[in-house]
Amino acid sequence: MTAIFCKLLQICNLVVIFFTGLCDLVMLATRAFSLIGKRAISTSVCVRGGHGVAKVEDYTLPAYFDRRETPLPDIAYVQTLTPEQKALKEKEKGSWAALSNAEKVALYHLSFKQSFAEMNQGTGEWKSVVGGIMFFVGLTGLVVLWQRKYVYGPVPHTLDPEYKQQELQRMLDMRMNPVEGFSAKWDYENKQWKK
Amino acid sequence: MSLAKPLMRGLLAKRLRFHLPIAFGLAFAAAVAFKYTVTEPRKRAYADFYKQYDAVKEFNAMREAGVFQSVRPSGE
Repeated sequence: MTAIFCKLLQICNLVVIFFTGLCDLVMLATRAFSLIGKRAISTSVCVRGGHGVAKVEDYTLPAYFDRRETPLPDIAYVQTLTPEQKALKEKEKGSWAALSNAEKVALYHLSFKQSFAEMNQGTGEWKSVVGGIMFFVGLTGLVVLWQRKYVYGPVPHTLDPEYKQQELQRMLDMRMNPVEGFSAKWDYENKQWKK
Repeated sequence: MSLAKPLMRGLLAKRLRFHLPIAFGLAFAAAVAFKYTVTEPRKRAYADFYKQYDAVKEFNAMREAGVFQSVRPSGE
């Protein structure tokens, strides 16, 4: 029963395409069908071993996309044309100077969904991103504060004020950076910082 | 739509003709600014420091403060 049905379909396809329906020739079949403007492309029925044909998934077929980097998508935007649109397509085959501006725009919108200006528009997503960044940085600050209070142990004894004083005195004694740096700011005669 | 045909060629050359002189100028200005705000004062500071520098006096002061291991302060 299904074998007869498949055979019928095959004959129909042979009428449209004049080479045999091998599975690899689906692409050529696609182009042949797009001339007639069919979106639902039934693959040339390829009956192997008496089984049927796998259903063609939508995502396996060429898709339309608006992308700045690749200006020409795989297929036109409008696949099924109304009679007026078909008439317009016929008129397009003649001299383009005969087309009015409105007709040219209509033809453009048959082939493309968004203009370059529309597709390149900014979205304002950056505001959410910056807001999110600030929020998480703030949250991290709270976490750090909590850690300082409840997680960290005491600092080393070398950070005690007396110890730091002795450190500074030693730095001045050995004349560290006496030209432009630390010891340059100390007045050795009067034992005080230079004014 | 009779828009003018957009510029198709020489886009990089046009950009470079504009931006390269600016880039070189700014880099040169940065170098000059650094020279006269940092290196010249630094050279002068070192020159002035060593004009009045008495090495022996400084050494003795450091020795008395006790920072050396080879010579202890004169008291000990």
